[in-house]
Amino acid sequence: MTEKNNNTSGAGEDTPERVVGTPTAEQSVVTEAPAAQDDHGGPYKASETHVWPEEVQRRGEKVASLWFLLAFLGGIGFLVSYFVFPVDEIADPQIGQYSNMALGGSLTLAMFGIGAGMTVWARKVMPHYEVASPYDELPSSAEEKGSFSDFFMKGADESGFTKRPLMRRTLILAMVPLGLAPIVLLRDTGPLPGDKLKNTPWEDGMRMYVEGTHRAIRAEDLENDPYGMISALPAIDDENYPHGISLNDAAKSVILLIKVPEDDWKQGMEEEIEVDGESGQRLNWTHNGIVAYSKICTHVGCPAALYERTTHRILCPCHQSTFDASDAAKVVFGPAHRPLPQLPIGVDDEGYLVARGDFTAPPGPTFWDYAKD
Amino acid sequence: MSKTTQAPKALRGVGNFIDDRFHLAKTGEKNLRKVFPNHWSFMLGEIALYSFIILLVSGVFLTLWFKPSMVEVIYDGSYERLQGVPMSEAYASTLFIDFEVRGGFLVRQIHHWAALIFVASLVVHMLRVFFTGAFRKPREINWLIGVAIFMLAMIEGLFGYSLPDDLPSGMGVRILQGVILAVPLVGTYISMFLFGGEFPGEDIITRLYMLHVLAIPALLLGLIVAHFMILWHQKHTQYPGPGRTDKTVVGTPMFPGFAVKAGGFFFFTFAVIAGLSAFVQINPIHLFGPFTPTSITSGLQPDWYMGFMEGALRIFPNWFDFSIFGYAVPMGVLVPGLGIMGVVFGGLALWPFIEQWITGDKRARNVADRPRNAPVRTGVGVAMITFYGLCWLAGSNDILSETFSINLYLTTYIFRVLVILGPIVAFMVTKRICLGLQRRDRDTLEHGYESGTIRQLPSGEFIEVHKESSEETTDVLASKPVITSTALADEVDDKGVENPAARKGKGRLRRALAHWYTKDNVSFEGVEPHSGHHLHHSKDVEKESAAH
Repeated sequence: MTEKNNNTSGAGEDTPERVVGTPTAEQSVVTEAPAAQDDHGGPYKASETHVWPEEVQRRGEKVASLWFLLAFLGGIGFLVSYFVFPVDEIADPQIGQYSNMALGGSLTLAMFGIGAGMTVWARKVMPHYEVASPYDELPSSAEEKGSFSDFFMKGADESGFTKRPLMRRTLILAMVPLGLAPIVLLRDTGPLPGDKLKNTPWEDGMRMYVEGTHRAIRAEDLENDPYGMISALPAIDDENYPHGISLNDAAKSVILLIKVPEDDWKQGMEEEIEVDGESGQRLNWTHNGIVAYSKICTHVGCPAALYERTTHRILCPCHQSTFDASDAAKVVFGPAHRPLPQLPIGVDDEGYLVARGDFTAPPGPTFWDYAKD
Repeated sequence: MSKTTQAPKALRGVGNFIDDRFHLAKTGEKNLRKVFPNHWSFMLGEIALYSFIILLVSGVFLTLWFKPSMVEVIYDGSYERLQGVPMSEAYASTLFIDFEVRGGFLVRQIHHWAALIFVASLVVHMLRVFFTGAFRKPREINWLIGVAIFMLAMIEGLFGYSLPDDLPSGMGVRILQGVILAVPLVGTYISMFLFGGEFPGEDIITRLYMLHVLAIPALLLGLIVAHFMILWHQKHTQYPGPGRTDKTVVGTPMFPGFAVKAGGFFFFTFAVIAGLSAFVQINPIHLFGPFTPTSITSGLQPDWYMGFMEGALRIFPNWFDFSIFGYAVPMGVLVPGLGIMGVVFGGLALWPFIEQWITGDKRARNVADRPRNAPVRTGVGVAMITFYGLCWLAGSNDILSETFSINLYLTTYIFRVLVILGPIVAFMVTKRICLGLQRRDRDTLEHGYESGTIRQLPSGEFIEVHKESSEETTDVLASKPVITSTALADEVDDKGVENPAARKGKGRLRRALAHWYTKDNVSFEGVEPHSGHHLHHSKDVEKESAAH
């Protein structure tokens, strides 16, 4: 009663939609294996092997060989490119890029050629296989399982492991300290935290350098710029370090010096803080409108380097924590929880900006005991 | 077919040599006859394997020159723009690979691209396995191994791209350290031990290098080998179709078909990676400059697979931070930095067992589900993707803000809402789509497919002629399993007494979940293929209409 229209007939203009993963109608057309006799000289049953007609195979062979030839040329091209661009020329980024393109392009061609050739080989020269094979039966039969468990328990009993608890327990006991040994051995991978995260090289009277230079900052460098901002480090010149200061010290002592116009200070600046036993309002620890904050974000430690002059907002570009420089660097937006610690500053006899002590709180990411002395 | 040729003498010699020592003839034949079902989606895992091989090979090449040292040097290499700049030896030696080793730039880019594609193919491969239920018994252990591989691959990638010690990657390490510091009680200790002191210290690159080239690859290799041995032993799942059952697998045998196909596919994978490395620049560290802990550029982006954590860190608010006896617990760092990762990987690892607990299905499944036939699972999967994708997008909120001229803070608020609403909406929409597709499947099964031919009946009525689907299609459609749960079946026993276990808290939860898991489903019960009343066939049209 129905008009059959399945793949294997392949006749008719309205072939049904092919289910993904099945052979195309075209592939099936050429199925010529005599299903009656399963031995056709191939490794698998004839009914599971759809052999291509000779002319398709011959065409496949040609196409595949063409791809392999192309791959060969690609491989030669790779070797040639290696020597065309001498090693002392690739330091020029432009030439380096040409070298990269020549090497990479020829390698791509070689790889693609081999891939394409092999695919044509597998799809047009080899038969299309649809081999059926059984999945393993899971689980094992009760008999096998029983036999195994019987054997295993007999063995365990005979060995004495189950029957001689003293020996068993002392063996386990012997393992315990050895298990701890690798953990103990890791102890010297680093020092204990102590108060290392709470102290920085800043101390009373220490001048500051513009970050990346050895130029000490004078108050007037900022005083003339009502919205100025300078990134600064302690003035340390240690010959052991190319920067003059170790990266560890730089990482925790870097500050932002910001000039805030007189009228823009907010209430947060009236908060009392203590520096080296001396108490005073936050505003007292600034100098002529110049305030210093740690540049390291209290969220996870990126440098909060973006400063919006008109709103006095300090923005960390990593996770967008935003601090108000005119309001004790309080968090106004974002995931950070506590303000950037303030560095008390003043000016020395020669007019250079100096620290008046260490930060008001540990700089950098918040940690468990940051608020404890 | 020509007569089978006899093996050449040399080959026989080698074969005999091996068999004399290992007795492998029988095992060898059995394994070469192993059958791999055909489907494009089964190649996703292959991409992961091949990119892993490329990673191993290209990585070995890079170690010939890379110096995992944080000793500060003044650069005097041949890249002019950075001459005289202080930098770590790690960064300087990476510049050496880029500008003083022919092909060094290319191999470094191949290594980086292969890493991106490795993780990407792992993710897509896992999604395939998830959506088709291929993680079900007996393959739960292989799923867990897969989750472990995914997690290690991410960490491996993070450590790897940190090695050149350039500005953006150093900032990634800083963020990692910031997250570690947030861990209550032991955070500062872990950080001190890992970094050999304070950040950045002088040890971290050396240690990450050891982890990146030795420890983690060894673990990955071991897990990948285990993954394959299990796959080999249990055989691949397959999609429904004629002759394909839980007992029989149908596909291409290892030898000769699959071996050549897979070999060709390896070269394709390599070609794509090489092509990208040749023409699409990635991680140009010479443009970024060396790391210093005091500088930063805006628009920083991690490699894509770390993006979801970056996004989570950006949008998670500080509202839940608290102090206990003066000790800080920064939830705003802990939840996105560690919690989200725990939810993603923990959820992935637990799902097979959760699903099995809900349905009580303890049978071994070798035929994969079509995703539409498991609407709740598919919905959960899409909700998961949505959550991940939104976190990932949020990791670029500054770039989105700039590109689309949206206020930066507004993007954060939008993402905070979307990560909660998005997955819920995605779940509901996906489930409805699945049910719609099921309904269409039932129609097709019952009525055949629309042929596009319009016929006029003698009565004047126009009809579209439906034609019978192929045996293949019918088979696939009719294979739809009925989703049930033993929790629902046990509700009342034959005497009308409620199952006591179902009344306790855990039983009630299970029953509720089972109800949720099974309630929406298009029943195929009683549907006979091609039995529908408007199955009109060209030659029967007149007959049928006459009968009406």
